[in-house]
Amino acid sequence: MRKNWWKFLTIALLFYTIIAGLLMEVPRLVILNETIRALYFHVPMWFGMIIMLGVSVVYSIKYLRNPEQKHDDTAVEFANVGIIFGVLGILTGMLWAQFTWGDWWSGDPKQNAAAIGLLIYFAYFILRGSLDNVDQRARISAIYNIFAFSALIPLLFILPRLTDSLHPGSGGNPGFNAYDLDRRLRMVFYPAVLGWTLLGVWMASLRVRIKKIEHQLDL
Amino acid sequence: MNNLVSFIRKEVTLEWRQRYAINGILLYLVSTIFICYLSFNVRSNQLNPITWNALFWIILLFTAINAVAKSFIQEKEGKYLYYYWLISPQTLIISRIVYNTLLMLVLAFIGYGMYSLVLGNPVGDPVLFLFNLLLAAVSFSSALTMISAIASKANNNQTLMAILGFPVILPMLLMVIKISKNALDGIARGESYDEILTLLAINLIVGAVSYLLFPYLWRS
Repeated sequence: MRKNWWKFLTIALLFYTIIAGLLMEVPRLVILNETIRALYFHVPMWFGMIIMLGVSVVYSIKYLRNPEQKHDDTAVEFANVGIIFGVLGILTGMLWAQFTWGDWWSGDPKQNAAAIGLLIYFAYFILRGSLDNVDQRARISAIYNIFAFSALIPLLFILPRLTDSLHPGSGGNPGFNAYDLDRRLRMVFYPAVLGWTLLGVWMASLRVRIKKIEHQLDL
Repeated sequence: MNNLVSFIRKEVTLEWRQRYAINGILLYLVSTIFICYLSFNVRSNQLNPITWNALFWIILLFTAINAVAKSFIQEKEGKYLYYYWLISPQTLIISRIVYNTLLMLVLAFIGYGMYSLVLGNPVGDPVLFLFNLLLAAVSFSSALTMISAIASKANNNQTLMAILGFPVILPMLLMVIKISKNALDGIARGESYDEILTLLAINLIVGAVSYLLFPYLWRS
């Protein structure tokens, strides 16, 4: 029970996010209107994705330093959850863009960068699929994971800032810190980020445990 | 350092002695350009600059993937064992990156010549364009050499080379295309500094990561 306190916290935070996120008062801004509530669902997906992929890379590095099966399992499952978050982030972003920019896909640098980022990780899973030897698969995919993650960072954080983008927070458009993230938004936004991230950790840890059981049954 | 130079010299000599490999890539490049020229069916200088630019870099990208792929994929297992005794993995990866850069430079210049011969040459600032070719050669080889080393460990590696390579090289390619567009339009060179710096920074990251990770790949 005492070990599981964070799972109760996750459920509480997510209930709070959904209820307060949909019902509480938000600032009235032109064009954005009610879509500003996407902040509670779209933005935490990207936070979650970066955190999950970051954890995945840390475990890949751990695997290279000390080749143990459990590090590899953890790296893969966190990458898996990271991808789910990324796909959800793109879908929620498209939904938001449809209302504010008027198109599902308007070729915005942020959208393109996000799509390329997902391609990198799909390639990671294909690479894993095409290696038969378990040890070799773990080591080579760990290497690609680190390599791809370091290529992803300039993509997500540097390139969109160099080009003009309609996305809030780049190309001269105010980010969520400038004017629209007032106290009321923060009260839901930070719990939302924490809640979604914890949910990702929960999902990944369940998958890691399933993998562990599978390995033991194999032996 | 001494090892590095002699290893690069060995690669070049080897390539020169069995010319069919480099000739194959050259023919691949020239044929692709010719196919593009015939498919567009235009008289020279009629392609709009944006299309000209995009087409040129797509051709170079595919040539690069094919050219760099052979640096690890087409090598015999026994040769690896031999290298393993001779040099450190760091020397091997750096010398391969340098060698692939040289190869890409040759391909890029020949490609540019051939391409502008048949499809026209709307470049406004040739110096920047040539400098950009150099940057592109460095970028392509630094990203793809490591990818080819990874892909060589898996089966079905030609496809793998492409799908692993594309997303990793895309940020670099976007920068290169942008600088190249600036060179085509012949606008002030100061406008391209941001892109050049970003490109160099990405190269530095990718190069450093390759240098650190290659020894792990090498061990198997």
